[in-house]
Amino acid sequence: MELNSKVPSGPIENAWDKDKFEMKLVNPANKRKYNIIVVGSGLAGGATAASLGELGYNVQCFCFQDSARRAHSIAAQGGINAAKNYQNDGDSVFRLFYDTVKGGDFRSRERNVYRLAQLSVNIIDQCVAQGVPFAREYGGTLSNRSFGGAQVSRTFYARGQTGQQLLLGAYQGLERQVAAGQVTMYPRSEMLSLVVIDGKARGIVTRNLVTGEIESHAADAVVLGTGGYGNVYYLSTNARGSNCTAIWRAYKHGAAFANPCFTQIHPTCIPVSGEYQSKLTLMSESLRNDGRIWVPKTARDKRPPNKIPEQERDYYLERRYPSFGNLVPRDVASRNAKAVCDEERGVGETGLGVYLDFTDAMERLGVSVIRERYGNLFDMYERITGEDPYQVPMRIYPAIHYTMGGLWVDYELMSTIPGLFVIGEANFSDHGANRLGASALMQGLADGYFILPYTIGNYLAGTKLNKVQPDHADFKREETAVAEMTQRLLSIKGKRTVASFHRELGKLMWDYCGMSRNAKGLEFAIGKVRELRQEYWHNVDVVGSDKEMNQALEHAGRVADFLELAELMCIDALHRNESCGGHFREEYQTPDGEALRDDEHYAYVAAWEFAGVDNPPVLNKEPLEFEYVHPSQRSYK
Amino acid sequence: MRLTLHIWRQKSASDPGRMVQYDAPDVNPDMSFLEMLDVVNEALTLKGDDPIAFDSDCREGICGTCGFMINGVAHGPRRGTTVCQLHMRKFKDGDVLYLEPWRARAFPIIKDLTVDRGAFDRIIAAGGYISVPAGSAPDGNVILVPKENAEIAMDAAACIGCGACVAACPNASASLFTGAKITHLGVLPQGQPERRERVIRMVAQANAEGFGYCTNIGECEAVCPKEIRLEVIARTNRDFIAASWARRERFRNDAPISEPLAGGRR
Repeated sequence: MELNSKVPSGPIENAWDKDKFEMKLVNPANKRKYNIIVVGSGLAGGATAASLGELGYNVQCFCFQDSARRAHSIAAQGGINAAKNYQNDGDSVFRLFYDTVKGGDFRSRERNVYRLAQLSVNIIDQCVAQGVPFAREYGGTLSNRSFGGAQVSRTFYARGQTGQQLLLGAYQGLERQVAAGQVTMYPRSEMLSLVVIDGKARGIVTRNLVTGEIESHAADAVVLGTGGYGNVYYLSTNARGSNCTAIWRAYKHGAAFANPCFTQIHPTCIPVSGEYQSKLTLMSESLRNDGRIWVPKTARDKRPPNKIPEQERDYYLERRYPSFGNLVPRDVASRNAKAVCDEERGVGETGLGVYLDFTDAMERLGVSVIRERYGNLFDMYERITGEDPYQVPMRIYPAIHYTMGGLWVDYELMSTIPGLFVIGEANFSDHGANRLGASALMQGLADGYFILPYTIGNYLAGTKLNKVQPDHADFKREETAVAEMTQRLLSIKGKRTVASFHRELGKLMWDYCGMSRNAKGLEFAIGKVRELRQEYWHNVDVVGSDKEMNQALEHAGRVADFLELAELMCIDALHRNESCGGHFREEYQTPDGEALRDDEHYAYVAAWEFAGVDNPPVLNKEPLEFEYVHPSQRSYK
Repeated sequence: MRLTLHIWRQKSASDPGRMVQYDAPDVNPDMSFLEMLDVVNEALTLKGDDPIAFDSDCREGICGTCGFMINGVAHGPRRGTTVCQLHMRKFKDGDVLYLEPWRARAFPIIKDLTVDRGAFDRIIAAGGYISVPAGSAPDGNVILVPKENAEIAMDAAACIGCGACVAACPNASASLFTGAKITHLGVLPQGQPERRERVIRMVAQANAEGFGYCTNIGECEAVCPKEIRLEVIARTNRDFIAASWARRERFRNDAPISEPLAGGRR
């Protein structure tokens, strides 16, 4: 497989402008002759579908939820970064670019990240014009706050519901195009296969989740904005329905999967309380602006927090990282929380938790300011735990939150299958080995509003595409394969529920391919995942039929894919003999326990190629070069 | 603790449906309501019975996917809380709970506790947006928004589109939902150019979908998990009257109220 990243040459400041100018254009009158499929309706998919509709393309947009407005982008809390420098505190496009490359631990493409930083300012303008109710100062200007991994205030926010408001902006734009007849929306539809004809992506096969019908949809290009795969861990901050099926099945049709082991553990989530737990809830990173993180100095200290005097508390982030303090990047904060819990200094019943304490901030700023900033988060915490964070410090613990890995794409967001584009969290591109807070929203919208609408035109204008119809033999073949897989799942009638397999897989991945990893554990996990997969196909129990709404069947298909993806993640984690960002290999650390990169051997993107479910995948490497930000050991001290 | 559940089971839109009794013998007070149902469903699956279909996704109260009636109250007994954020510590051992789907003509039942809320999307499509193509926006700080207006807009924009307001309303009116969007966009300077057309179109669409009229009962506000205030309906009414007059002046004769939407959606 050849990986041509198509990254433009020349000075980084002009790379995107130059690329845009060199792109072929589709004449406005010809746009309506093209059909484009967009799978996913979140920030990336929704923004793309709306923008392509506006440009005049015929768009079909699919989502498994009952409405485009429910996509999981909606749950993003804290904010969105942009290099506006409205605070006059020294921000610039270059600084956002620099922070993002460094935050990603030098495992992302410089020119992609630079483009992202440039477009960040347009995103804010676009969203303000759409009516997104960003926080404001009394003079009516936009407010900002600071976030992990940065020393400037560049995060725009709408209370603790920034993702919701940005998504509703995109969704409303999408619905406008639906009303105009430019976009046809297919809710409660799940993509189950990609159709590749003459080497190009030409359509998808879906299951209608209400009637069970298997349907084919043909197009001139397919865009996947289907989010991340964090639910491979069962417990994560992702929505219950979030899954890897669309990207995994594209991978099995020839799209390379890049850096699958780069997963992000978010440091501030509500700790697990019991076996029945169905998901983990994030408490926005913005809380670290005013909350102080601590544990008792002595191990197994079971006193309640207010009985532990100040001098017996260890504010370990402030102690170890005086210049960034509680605002160190997510990977650093997470590993440190694990470390103190491993020393048996964790708090709460399970000992897997640390305090996030607002007492000082409430004294300094007053309770009303804290309520205004974080009220909805405090309420959410109280609902889940039954404890009032105005009175008792919150307990938090890291949880799987985001996946930096995803389908490999070139600078124009096209995968290794011509005509298959991948945007947002579903691709691998901009965050390297660790994503900074408030950057996911930025990337999803940059891809959706401002990059893909140009690059897809370049592909369409420069490619000869014969008309294909859904009755084409290749569609029929994929339909048959999908129907067979469904029948197989229903006919096993084993003794274990889908959820029990999913829980076991998740535990395995969390223990061996989670916050820290080592070669022995990963080898063990690979064997275990294979065994579990074998058992799944002999012992899973899915009741009901395929001719109706069947939520267990939906879950069963997704878990089947997670069981394959999990193995690839472990293989990738095992091959990368270094620590970088969210990928922490215990064998590779500095004397003081920080991640130890190996730039000489691993400064590349690992793009894996499918070679059969039980065959080892083929590794392809895209070397990474750093001209502007020189790789150094990340230091937040 | 142990609970007795009576749950509405309906195989499809054409099935008449009925209440079925289930036993939840081992409920942990720290579970969420939906986690309790997950456990019931796992037990049903192992017995070979069809699990209870209910919608949920984010399970943190923001996506608006979940929702059903618990003992006649939309999202159950805790104010300002979606059913996914309702925890079992709110109930006590021996409680008997009746679970039913949202009931409204405009929300056809799909299966068990799941309903089709596509009508809400069509109300938004009728005008719940600001027309601004990507690329045409001025700098963000060119548009100044008084903090107070930004707060009113945000309060209204917090609506998650779950449908509890409709389910609670004796008229099955969608006025709180519609009014929330009209208020959000109507108090912002960006929303002014389309303000009049928006209210006319959205209200017409809500009527065409078969939602009832508002008679100021206030059940919607009482159950709204995001505590959207009734004021949004008052604003809708004011805007609607102003827009109707302006329309008459503009067209002299009776111009047709916007046609309900067709097409564009499956």
